[in-house]
Amino acid sequence: MHSNSQDFCNRNPNRRIVIIGNGIAGVTCARQIRKMDNSARITIISGETKHFFSRTALMYIYMGHMKYEHTKPYEDFFWEKNRLELKQTWVKKVDFEAKNVIFEDDEPLNYDILVLATGSKNNKYGWPGQELAGVQGLYSKQDLDLMETQTKGIKKAVIVGGGLIGIEMAEMLRSRNVEVTFLVRENSFWDHVLPPEESDMINRHIREHHIDLRLNTELKEILDDGQGRAKAVLTNHGETIPCEFVGLTIGVSPNIDFLIDSTLATKKGILADLYFKTNIPNVFAIGDCVEFHKAPASDRKNIEQVWYTGRMHGETLAHNLCNEPVKYQPGVWFNSAKFFDIEYQTYGWVPPLWDSDFNSFYWEHPEGKIGFRMLFESQSKIIKGVNAFGLRLSHAFFDQVIKERWNADKVIQHLGKANFNAEFYEKVHKDISKRYDLEMGTNVSNPKRNFLKRIMNK
Amino acid sequence: MKNIQIIGLAIFVLGLAIFSIIPFLGSYQLEKEMVADTVKEEHQEILLDILQPMYGKTYFSNFAFVSDYRNYFDQFNGELKEKEAWDEVIWDDYAFALTKASTKSEVKNQPFLFLGISIFASVIGALLYIFPLYRHQPEGIKNDGIYHSSMKSRGVLGIITGTYLILFYIILYWFPEYMTNLVWMVDPISMGLSGNPATQWFLYGLMYTLAILVMGIRMFRKYRGNKYQTLRTASVMFFQISFAFLIPEIMVLLNKPWHDFKNIWPLDYSFFYDYRMEGMLSSGAIGMFMLVWGIILIVIGVPLLTYFYGKRWYCSWVCGCGGLAETLGDPYRQLSDKSLKAWQVERYMVHGVLVLAVVMTAVTIANYFSGFGLLGNATNQLHSFYGFAIGSAFAGVIGTGFYPLMGNRVWCRFGCPLAAYLGIVQRFKSRFRITTNGGQCISCGNCSTYCEMGIDVRWYAQRGQNIVRASCVGCGVCAAVCPRGVLKLENGPEKGRVNDLPIIIGNDSITVKN
Ligand SMILES: Cc1cc2nc3c(=O)[nH]c(=O)nc-3n(C[C@H](O)[C@H](O)[C@H](O)COP(=O)(O)OP(=O)(O)OC[C@H]3O[C@@H](n4cnc5c(N)ncnc54)[C@H](O)[C@@H]3O)c2cc1C
Ligand code: SF4
Ligand code: SF4
Repeated sequence: MHSNSQDFCNRNPNRRIVIIGNGIAGVTCARQIRKMDNSARITIISGETKHFFSRTALMYIYMGHMKYEHTKPYEDFFWEKNRLELKQTWVKKVDFEAKNVIFEDDEPLNYDILVLATGSKNNKYGWPGQELAGVQGLYSKQDLDLMETQTKGIKKAVIVGGGLIGIEMAEMLRSRNVEVTFLVRENSFWDHVLPPEESDMINRHIREHHIDLRLNTELKEILDDGQGRAKAVLTNHGETIPCEFVGLTIGVSPNIDFLIDSTLATKKGILADLYFKTNIPNVFAIGDCVEFHKAPASDRKNIEQVWYTGRMHGETLAHNLCNEPVKYQPGVWFNSAKFFDIEYQTYGWVPPLWDSDFNSFYWEHPEGKIGFRMLFESQSKIIKGVNAFGLRLSHAFFDQVIKERWNADKVIQHLGKANFNAEFYEKVHKDISKRYDLEMGTNVSNPKRNFLKRIMNK
Repeated sequence: MKNIQIIGLAIFVLGLAIFSIIPFLGSYQLEKEMVADTVKEEHQEILLDILQPMYGKTYFSNFAFVSDYRNYFDQFNGELKEKEAWDEVIWDDYAFALTKASTKSEVKNQPFLFLGISIFASVIGALLYIFPLYRHQPEGIKNDGIYHSSMKSRGVLGIITGTYLILFYIILYWFPEYMTNLVWMVDPISMGLSGNPATQWFLYGLMYTLAILVMGIRMFRKYRGNKYQTLRTASVMFFQISFAFLIPEIMVLLNKPWHDFKNIWPLDYSFFYDYRMEGMLSSGAIGMFMLVWGIILIVIGVPLLTYFYGKRWYCSWVCGCGGLAETLGDPYRQLSDKSLKAWQVERYMVHGVLVLAVVMTAVTIANYFSGFGLLGNATNQLHSFYGFAIGSAFAGVIGTGFYPLMGNRVWCRFGCPLAAYLGIVQRFKSRFRITTNGGQCISCGNCSTYCEMGIDVRWYAQRGQNIVRASCVGCGVCAAVCPRGVLKLENGPEKGRVNDLPIIIGNDSITVKN
């Protein structure tokens, strides 16, 4: 497609590259460009904070595990040393004709190449009362500061939306002994991603942390206390739950409002091809804000809103801006999260439901806090993916195993090699393989006997 | 906080307050016989004479007593010094011994009562506070509120605690004559263990051991469910109580030199000093074993065990300084400086101390074999400089006093010559590393924040690079607090241990060398 790399972007030696957004996508892109292009002038703009920080760590600031400065992955001297200019201000709009970035309170900035890495914003649903004081989502540093003031000294909170940020918010509030009611529309926590057993394990764990988890419950309205503050929520079951704070965590969507009335093609996000090229020459989009015309793979989405993909977008675009462009081609899917004390890792493809073409093996520790699932093709037994709960698994191992399409028996047989738990931990892979043999009628847990049997059968 | 914890905290603070008041109790009265009993033969005549005005006089504070004593003593020495009669000057310091002998107090009369309401009350109070911690919470490390805590984030409470510790160390090292009551208080225990009266060092050893035990129990609560943390904490508790506390006292009981069999030169910097060597050489088979064992640890034990397990085998499983840092110091681990600058300072300092220790020891040994000839004076000066600057000021005052200010491993990181030696082995010839888990890092910073050695773990983790650092003591806390399961301490083949051009897996478009 872009065989002529000259067409791809401006490649003049002193080109000025402007990146809007200093999140993982924008910053990774800038860092990698600098490694390959010593002469380009690179400016990173963000209104949120001057320096790059880890958005994923916002919760830990609130919980007192860290301070804001600890969430900065690079020391402040790093930027000047690598000649990455930082500008903290909000972009009002972009004049794509004149190639100018226009600010609310500063002179316009001219660019040769513009990288849009503007991330996401909180979804809002249109609930009555969602603009009241004490009601908010959590995405930015500003949201966190607001949450700090809005939750000072409160006793009761309601969180709406059973996703990853919702459960983080619940954990944050519990760390300060706030009573939390957690409204989840679905039958079970995060059940559009997790299979029933895993989802149920997390339901139990949420309740173990003294959270009032209400499944199958939707928000109808947030009630005003007469002074513009939230005093309670009303659910679809007609119940009124008093509270002083309402967390709305019903997902995020690309943060592109300031770009909408322009010639830039957008849908939910900024439309781009798999080289991150938008409809306007020399304008690219990466990270949470990009929407691919076509998903990068059959098991991937057009909009990817995770840290890791933001990083990969940044790396790949930097490569394309400095070399022969390549198509963005993410490898085996992986992700992770932590639900209170239970860590979650996933590799490959494990949907919440599957049809008879696939078979699943699930093992759970008797104490109910460690779980392992493997999904594989029914006929060929080729592995599709795994979920791990309370169990650390090696990324390298599963990347290889899934790429090389290993047989499920072989995966279980070698599961010990995938163990990434700390030393002296219970070796659960033995239990897992025994259970696997029991269910599948195989004999992988005892490869030695297997070997003897083979010899004797000969 | 539960009521029982509040009560515990109150008892702890009260016990500490009583402990702090005890030195000011009672009166002091010197008698002729005391001087005769305490002072070396060659100084007896002089001291008996110059201290004459003090006999039978009651002093109502140790300040008054010590001040008078110093007056007479310094007057005598001062005159000699003026005359440059260096040989006649009395260099021994009898202040502590004479003050101790002169002490008359209820503490001395009823040591167990005072021990009970001070040190043991504090221990019980602390345990009452610790046992209910995380009681009704599921297993998992909770660092909640650390940066909201004045005590743990260099707030007023932290600064007060640091100041208290620093003062305690200054008195312990340089003005022990003001804490004779406290020493009397533990006298019966010392008599029971070794048959010898207590010194300030016995008091210190007892408190040190109790601190490790009590705060070790806190570690069990805090890191509940984490087997690595539990085992290594149990290990430092065991080594402290047996090797550092009981066995040395038993040695003394058996008329052998006080000896800590797990302490290794150059942390044990006086190992080759002439009095130690003579002590060992004149103590028969056990003494010989002390000497040979000590040398085996230095030349074989350290490199071999560090090759197999990394320096953690010592620093966070065996060592006494490490033991205190990992227990009493654990609440402060996040205060270590992670900046690149701190790392640069660290490398110069810790290796500088190692060089100093090696030079000092070389001079000492040369001096020993040359029969105290030429180098005698230089050796003494080196010893007193090292003992003051490194042994006391750095390892003690700064090493522990600065826990609440600069984190719990200030000494281990910037000053310990043995850590430097172990670190060199770990960096260049070891199977130990912290492996990172592919692309799973979210750069959150928990690992770096809670690394007591100030290693910016995240810097490696987020680029998929194994952590192979001289300073890593293998405490395992970075791995324990990582919310994404990215870090694993392990011993493995040397091949592939250091990956300078790491690749993060997950992106098939390109291979990014970080
Ligand atoms: C609380 C929370 C927890 C999360 N945890 C995880 C996790 O555990 N794992 C995971 O994979 N993902 C997680 N995510 C998602 C992940 O953080 C995002 O996918 C990632 O940060 C997106 O990176 P980005 O670079 O695309 O955008 P962002 O990080 O959002 O950066 C965009 C920046 O651009 C700035 N900007 C936007 N518009 C303008 C403008 N007009 N002018 C100036 N500046 C502008 C924004 O203020 C922002 O600073 C989490 C997200 C949140 C909110
Ligand atoms: S790197 Fe990890 S294991 Fe090593 S000292 Fe730091 S926290 Fe401990
Ligand atoms: S704690 Fe884990 S996820 Fe966070 S920065 Fe460190 S290695 Fe990465």
